[in-house]
Amino acid sequence: MNGSLRQSMAWLHTWSGLLLGWLLVAVFVTGTSAYYREEISLWMEPELHQSTASDDTMDLAWQTLGRIAPEARSWDISLPDARNPAVQLRWQPAGEEQPRQGGGRNRGEQAWMDAGSGEVLTPRETRGGHFLYRFHFELYGVPRLWARWLICVATMFMLVAIISGVITHKKIFKDFFTFRPGKGQRSWLDAHNASAVLALPFHFMITYSGLLLFMVMLMPWGIDAAYDGDRRAFFDEAFPRSTEAPGPAGEPADMVAIGPLAAATAARFERPVSRIEVQHPNRENARIRISVEQDVAISGRRRGGSPTQVFQGSSGDLLETIEPREAPTPLMGKVYNVMTNLHLVRFADPLVRLLFFFSGLAGSAMVATGMLLWVSKRTQQLRRQQPGAALKLVNGLNMASITGLLAAIGAYFAANRVLPATLAERSSWEIRVFFLVWLTSLVHGLLRPHRRGWIEQLAVITVLWLALPFLDMVTTDSHLFSAAAWRLGALAGFDLICLLLGALWGYALWRVAKPKPDKRKPARAREPALAEGNA
Amino acid sequence: MSQLKNATRLSVASRAIAAVLGGYALSATATAALSVGLPMSRMDAVITASVLSFLIYSVAVIWAFACATTARAWAGIAIPTLLCGALVWLLGPAS
Repeated sequence: MNGSLRQSMAWLHTWSGLLLGWLLVAVFVTGTSAYYREEISLWMEPELHQSTASDDTMDLAWQTLGRIAPEARSWDISLPDARNPAVQLRWQPAGEEQPRQGGGRNRGEQAWMDAGSGEVLTPRETRGGHFLYRFHFELYGVPRLWARWLICVATMFMLVAIISGVITHKKIFKDFFTFRPGKGQRSWLDAHNASAVLALPFHFMITYSGLLLFMVMLMPWGIDAAYDGDRRAFFDEAFPRSTEAPGPAGEPADMVAIGPLAAATAARFERPVSRIEVQHPNRENARIRISVEQDVAISGRRRGGSPTQVFQGSSGDLLETIEPREAPTPLMGKVYNVMTNLHLVRFADPLVRLLFFFSGLAGSAMVATGMLLWVSKRTQQLRRQQPGAALKLVNGLNMASITGLLAAIGAYFAANRVLPATLAERSSWEIRVFFLVWLTSLVHGLLRPHRRGWIEQLAVITVLWLALPFLDMVTTDSHLFSAAAWRLGALAGFDLICLLLGALWGYALWRVAKPKPDKRKPARAREPALAEGNA
Repeated sequence: MSQLKNATRLSVASRAIAAVLGGYALSATATAALSVGLPMSRMDAVITASVLSFLIYSVAVIWAFACATTARAWAGIAIPTLLCGALVWLLGPAS
């Protein structure tokens, strides 16, 4: 503490990083997977894979809803897009008033429809990519508010670790080009530096924006001071809503065909229609809202609506054309919008998404190598003494948080293919498999000797991840050697990324399992001492 | 030796409290003060202040551990917190 700024920052970096590092690895890994949560969900619902959009898709959705929910208070049709081949149908059943107790939205009923045939599809019950996405900011089975606070505290630690890490690091660019493989602790330091510096802007952005997304929960004091404790007043001002309550349903009346209306909207905005909402379908006062995909300006309002046209349902008359306007935003409001839009990747460009995915992997690697470095440094300090209980514990937790989590995710995917499609409480079973595997790896990591434990767990995840695409071949018709997988890039991409990551775990296994060179080789005098770097 | 170690431990614990709790108090009062004090519409002021709050928090944490003495670490967080608190009290809700 009494040393230079750099020394005190190195200390702060080490301890703020380690204390919640295990949680941060889990947040980073599951958060990275969330960039592809729709693709993961699609992969986990093979029953939807054969659906193909056609010119009739909208009419089919119209007819299907008319058949299965003719009396509904409202309809909501999400049309297929590049990330999803099937049609999602949602409706609010007639009868009871819209109950909104507990703050939750009433989502009503929903069904999937084959975009080509109009058939109602029943995909296997799964939480899909949504489970991993939710886990990255509210964990699982923990009261939501507690989990969010815990993760925000960890995120704040992460922010402190990033800033103190940068201060610690005087030769930030030189070290980026330095990699000394096969040198134990020094290699971990280099890997940690490279993964940190490589994607530093990403790490900073993702951490800060993570806090911004929970700004109102974490820092409500500005609102309380300026609005005299009236938070509702702030929200009404910040996110003005123009939701007029729908009136009572009118007399039954036929609606016009949807095709020409949708074509008119698509032509008006020069973009394909993505969503159709109907209020009081099959009534004389039916209102049809047709929206096209939103063009997300990166600094634009987070909740800006999509361009929409509203039609009278029984006559087909155009009632209203809604184009989102760019509201004047102060500088920090723009910063908020840019940061949160980046965090949520609210733009569709696949290349950017892939880049973010790899940045997320780099972030996961940064946190993981940081913790390995902690163990490696202390193991070396012990020389030939037996490692103490604390070191064993840290190592076991490291194993569970890195290889254990990867095993759990792999097992979650495998369970999706192996568990019978009609099993009761199927989606809960997938999640149980996830946690059982994770727990097993923790117990294993605490019991097995250091290096053996790593080798065994790495072997398990290598086999598991490499096996996923083959499991896909045995259990579905949309595997790597099928046309469906390539028609929907998401499916081929999923299998390819499994192979890629499996190969990566295999490489790690090979490196760890390789017989070690003589450790007592004297370090060359010119090599910088470790204290000079970080850790 | 052990006395020195204890002194260090005490200093670390004290700085950690200054950083975590004091840092939160500072960023909360600074956010409140900026929200009522910035010459913008109140919604813009609130958003500006809240976006900056986490930066203020990080600076406070860095300060708590970078200072030469523990007393200075505390003073550097406590005094601005009190000033911001006084500002909020003086300006009150700007409505």
